Amino acid sequence: MKVQPYLVASALLVAALMLSVAVGSVYIPPGTLVRILVGERDLPVAFTTIVLELRLPRTALVALVGAALAGSGAAYQGLFRNPLADPYLIGVASGAGLGAVLALSVRWPYTLAGLMAVPLAAFIAALLTVVVVVSLARSGRALPAANLILAGVAVGAFATALTSFLMLRSQGDLRRALVWLLGGATLSGWLYFLAALPYVGLGLVTLVFSGHPLNVLQFGDEQAQQLGLPVARVRMVVIAAASLATAAAVAFSGVIGFLGLIVPHLIRLVWGGDYRRLVPLSILMGAAFLLAADVLARVVLAPQELPVGVVTALAGAPFFLWILRRSRKQEYW
Amino acid sequence: MSPIMLEVQSVSVAYGQRLALRGLSLRLDAGSVLGLIGPNGAGKTTLIRAISGVVPIGSGRILAAGRDLALLRPAERARLVAVVPQAHNLPAAYTVWETVLLGRTPHLNWLGQILPKDEARTEWALRRAQALELADRPIGELSSGEQQRVLLARALAQAAPVLLLDEPTANLDLQYQVKLMELVCDLAHREGLAVLAALHDLNLMARYADRAALLVQGELCAEGTPAEVLDAEVLSRAYQLPVQVLPGPSGAPLVVPAATPSSHMT
Repeated sequence: MKVQPYLVASALLVAALMLSVAVGSVYIPPGTLVRILVGERDLPVAFTTIVLELRLPRTALVALVGAALAGSGAAYQGLFRNPLADPYLIGVASGAGLGAVLALSVRWPYTLAGLMAVPLAAFIAALLTVVVVVSLARSGRALPAANLILAGVAVGAFATALTSFLMLRSQGDLRRALVWLLGGATLSGWLYFLAALPYVGLGLVTLVFSGHPLNVLQFGDEQAQQLGLPVARVRMVVIAAASLATAAAVAFSGVIGFLGLIVPHLIRLVWGGDYRRLVPLSILMGAAFLLAADVLARVVLAPQELPVGVVTALAGAPFFLWILRRSRKQEYW
Repeated sequence: MSPIMLEVQSVSVAYGQRLALRGLSLRLDAGSVLGLIGPNGAGKTTLIRAISGVVPIGSGRILAAGRDLALLRPAERARLVAVVPQAHNLPAAYTVWETVLLGRTPHLNWLGQILPKDEARTEWALRRAQALELADRPIGELSSGEQQRVLLARALAQAAPVLLLDEPTANLDLQYQVKLMELVCDLAHREGLAVLAALHDLNLMARYADRAALLVQGELCAEGTPAEVLDAEVLSRAYQLPVQVLPGPSGAPLVVPAATPSSHMT
């Protein structure tokens, strides 16, 4: 196993984590910050509260969401043999968002158990979305790359419209609570992180162990079968795992596009396309990337905050077009 | 006599209404090369796909090493039967090493761990297919002759006693055709593999196969040594073209289309 890529990715992640904790509307001197993080308590209460109860949980949640979106983006790309697949572009994220809002508008007990029901609803909606998108995009036995994205965008737009309708119809607390679906990880508090962690963890661990099967699938279903891969089962497991991670991410941070597209591609360019490396590296770098985007979203219009989805879309949409041009020429896919 | 490694017993395969194989029976011995010939659409590829479990068989059964393939899990089947497909649309970014390692798929544990024995077998397969020096190159950069040897190495990494090749020389230059067929013969004779190779080129088949089988419209039309199967009358009927069979320079028969009036008009 080559160690160097993991060292680079981990270093970037640590740097992004520190940046995310350090940057905010209140300036906290670096020395004080380090002393808070190592557990010293004889410091101004305002500072410790800001770091430990606001910035740290938010940082943890953003990192988790970034890891989930980039890891599942890599998995979707491998699964559909499609360089443009991304949880947002194939509609799964929007479907999950609709599921989450439906669950929330029924009733929302603010407990860990209540919170954990939301990703589950998002997960079911995400799976339904995959089924609908794939069956719309399929042509015979093939799944053309462009069809998948077109169907994904259309279904995603439909789900987003329904979501907006539900949000605008809602009132009071619910309405405020739903604002995160615009793609800003403004929810804070450890409860959200803890509620998302088991789902994202289960999904991502499964994907990390799917690296070899995903490699086999790149040679097409027929060769994969001849190499002894239980193709149908592998597909189901990977779809479920990627959709679970996506759904949990969306349920607590809203629909954030393009991250699952950008990160795996950058890794592919630098370290090659072996999914045994690509998936874990996407997870590490996805966390780092979304943290950086979130920091940017916090400082650009400070003290106002941009939804982080705006930053990822600004970076991601041009990137998407670039890949679209490259993939026509089959240069490295 | 060599043990029978593969037995195809009155197998039929249908694509929708069309019967692609009609009650076909064949056997394949360890340590020998069976050349499968026949016109386009005769069912050569279908037979390979049926044996490797990609298309379900309608009736009959297929035994490998005495075990009914229909009853085996995908990994068990792939430990008995390995396929060398044609080198089309390979994912270009994979290195040769990564590609050949995929041959170990049916031997991995449920975590998909690559163990030292898997790497050892991969290295052996690459050396045996004369592709070891390519190990670090992306497969997209290779010539089709090299790609075909990489796919052969991947099949060897599977360590299966039965090896199926689908038109392995189809897109190769003459030098690579000969090199590949010599490799395949050597693998059969020295490693004891039972090899079934669908071949377009009758003369290549005549030179390298130990036995031959002629398929026409999903049925076995002739079987025996290449010299027995390459009969001018039988071939003329099978390919719907008059052919002549001449004694070739190397001792193997040489099949050439018979001169027809139209061929002089160019």
